[in-house]
Amino acid sequence: MPLTTNTILICAGGACVSAGEESVKDALERKLKEYNLQDIVKIVETGCMGACSLGPIMVIYPEGVYYQKLTPEVAEKIVEEHILKGRIVKSHLYKGEKGEVIPQPQEEVAFFSRQVKIATRNVGVINPLDIDEYIARDGYFALHKALKEMTPEEVIQVIKDSGLRGRGGAGFPTGLKWEFARKSPGDKKYMICNADEGDPGAFMDRSILEGDPHSIIEAMTIAGYAIGAQKGFVYVRAEYPIAIERLTEALKQAREYGFLGENILGTDFSFDIEIRIGAGAFVCGEETALMHSIEGKRGQPRVKPPFPAQKGLWGNPSNINNVETLSCVPPIIFHGPQWFKQWGTEKSPGTKVFALAGKVKNTGLVEVPMGITLRELIYEIGGGSPTGKKIKAVQTGGPSGGVIPAEYFDTPVDFESLTSLGAIIGSGGMIVLDEDDCMVDVAKFFLEFTVDESCGKCTPCREGTKKMYEILDKITNGEGTEEDLETLEQLAYIIKDSSLCGLGQTAPNPVLSTLKYYREEYLAHVREGKCPAKKCKELISYVIDPEKCVGCTACARVCPVSCISGEVRKVHTIDQEACIRCGSCIEVCRFGAISKVTPAVSVEVEE
Amino acid sequence: MGKIKSLEELMKIKEEALKNVKMREAGKRGKIVVAMGTCGIAAGAKDTLKAVVETLDELNIDDIAVVQSGCMGLCEVEPTIEVALEGEEPIIYGRVTPENAKRIIKSHIVDGELVSDLIVKRGEV
Repeated sequence: MPLTTNTILICAGGACVSAGEESVKDALERKLKEYNLQDIVKIVETGCMGACSLGPIMVIYPEGVYYQKLTPEVAEKIVEEHILKGRIVKSHLYKGEKGEVIPQPQEEVAFFSRQVKIATRNVGVINPLDIDEYIARDGYFALHKALKEMTPEEVIQVIKDSGLRGRGGAGFPTGLKWEFARKSPGDKKYMICNADEGDPGAFMDRSILEGDPHSIIEAMTIAGYAIGAQKGFVYVRAEYPIAIERLTEALKQAREYGFLGENILGTDFSFDIEIRIGAGAFVCGEETALMHSIEGKRGQPRVKPPFPAQKGLWGNPSNINNVETLSCVPPIIFHGPQWFKQWGTEKSPGTKVFALAGKVKNTGLVEVPMGITLRELIYEIGGGSPTGKKIKAVQTGGPSGGVIPAEYFDTPVDFESLTSLGAIIGSGGMIVLDEDDCMVDVAKFFLEFTVDESCGKCTPCREGTKKMYEILDKITNGEGTEEDLETLEQLAYIIKDSSLCGLGQTAPNPVLSTLKYYREEYLAHVREGKCPAKKCKELISYVIDPEKCVGCTACARVCPVSCISGEVRKVHTIDQEACIRCGSCIEVCRFGAISKVTPAVSVEVEE
Repeated sequence: MGKIKSLEELMKIKEEALKNVKMREAGKRGKIVVAMGTCGIAAGAKDTLKAVVETLDELNIDDIAVVQSGCMGLCEVEPTIEVALEGEEPIIYGRVTPENAKRIIKSHIVDGELVSDLIVKRGEV
């Protein structure tokens, strides 16, 4: 291993790969070869670095300079300028607040400096396909400690003392779950990792699997030892091919080193892990449905109890933890429970990874201590609104969650406080909404998702969510009535109370929480035919202000249905009946002459 | 690599791998800056850079970062390197052929003796 002068860490998380990371890497390699630098400059593909909106990104060490929005051409330039001559390529440096150029943002930019990385400690730092790099960052030391210095009961006690709670969304104490599985009678037991992350807008589990697969292998082996399992399964959705590929490779390496298989680390504990690929049904994130899917049956939930700890896979005691929960386990075992508790709140210790999305500047993954306020998360780390429009609310917890209006942004983020607001932490998806987002439409979006994903086993969820969706659709089309709102609420409570599994029990949450905080928006739709956010197409019209229109014809040329007429240098008009409200004309008008109005302009029928 | 059974074996891998990871982060004790302007490259700075890296590797020195920079404006004595150690004023050496690079590292970095016949400048550029 020759010494290197520079190491280039290039982000190979899913988002950056989609943004063209591979072509950038090829360009780097080609250029380095050209200058005969391939032996002394090392390129390492890491997991997701978190700043997904800026991808593809890379960091060049020893200086630690961040480059963003790379293309193959820029990569070549960086080799010529930065690597060869030590001149930083300013045009593609990481731009922080106010577009200032910051070569080394780790310490100075809130997006990086406010984070505390436990679950994602190695993601974006190590090469996920190199087990030695994982070991270099204390990897597998926790496994050694657990197997050689602790009894299974002691391992469980440490996890209990740390206060770690399920990061998949339910927040159930992990140590307690392990204890149930440990105490459950049976000589065959299973350890399952739930990597069927299905919430729209949440991708932390994928990023951990892609960027640090060994942390999951180590944690599952520790958990297997604690509960007395001989076999583990990782249930991953087929939509995560990179995660599957890297996990497969990591499993191979772990077996070679003797961290998996017979007599791990020379002890008499044997354990192995198999990957099971799911077809991406949302309901398979529910533990009983997940187990059916692993058994090769149809992925449908069953009634609990019996809980998986009593009767799980093939009727044997099983323990299921989510990816992010598991990735916290090795450091807790290694450093002790008190170490973990120095972050977070009393009831929700530690950190949580959030996926920021929507109307916020820095979209991506952030890991922050529990108890941080929503305001800090959205404004300091997320950088606030990219357009300067007013942020109205944040939707947390995906289709099972709810909206939290801006007036509650000083709420600390932990399991209890978000639940008391009618939202949930869920798996950590956070979608920021601004004044252009219609709350009825947001609720409809999530309902559409649950209607699609309902497995159909129980009637309240199968029929009820569909019915709710139809009512919401009616309201957004301007045909809703006030009775509809009552029906909606009634249905919501019935579905919550009578559904079989978590999918149905939480499906009405987006509707209930928007009704709770934004009833006036619903009422505007049904009473006045108005959509306050000017989002629902049936309730708005595009109009041209004759005062401002100069007759440049730009709008008429871009209109896909040719509904704008007018001569050059004359005021143009929109034919409201033909207009499909696509908004193309607003985008091209340089004079601000086109605006949206609500309610829709009534079309006068010509005689 | 066979199966790992002891803490010592784990430690060994950790230290080995840390060496590589450490290279990513800036050297702890100082740095060698190789001037890689067009003039430097024309004078053979690429071979110098290679020699610097290889020598550090041979001597198992892992706490020195190697950094490239642009032209220092000393074109007539290229290739030049700057040796900046923690707590000492930086020294710029000129006419650093690969052989000289070896000599500088052995004498200046290992023994702490400056190579006076090659010094072109002391202190900040």
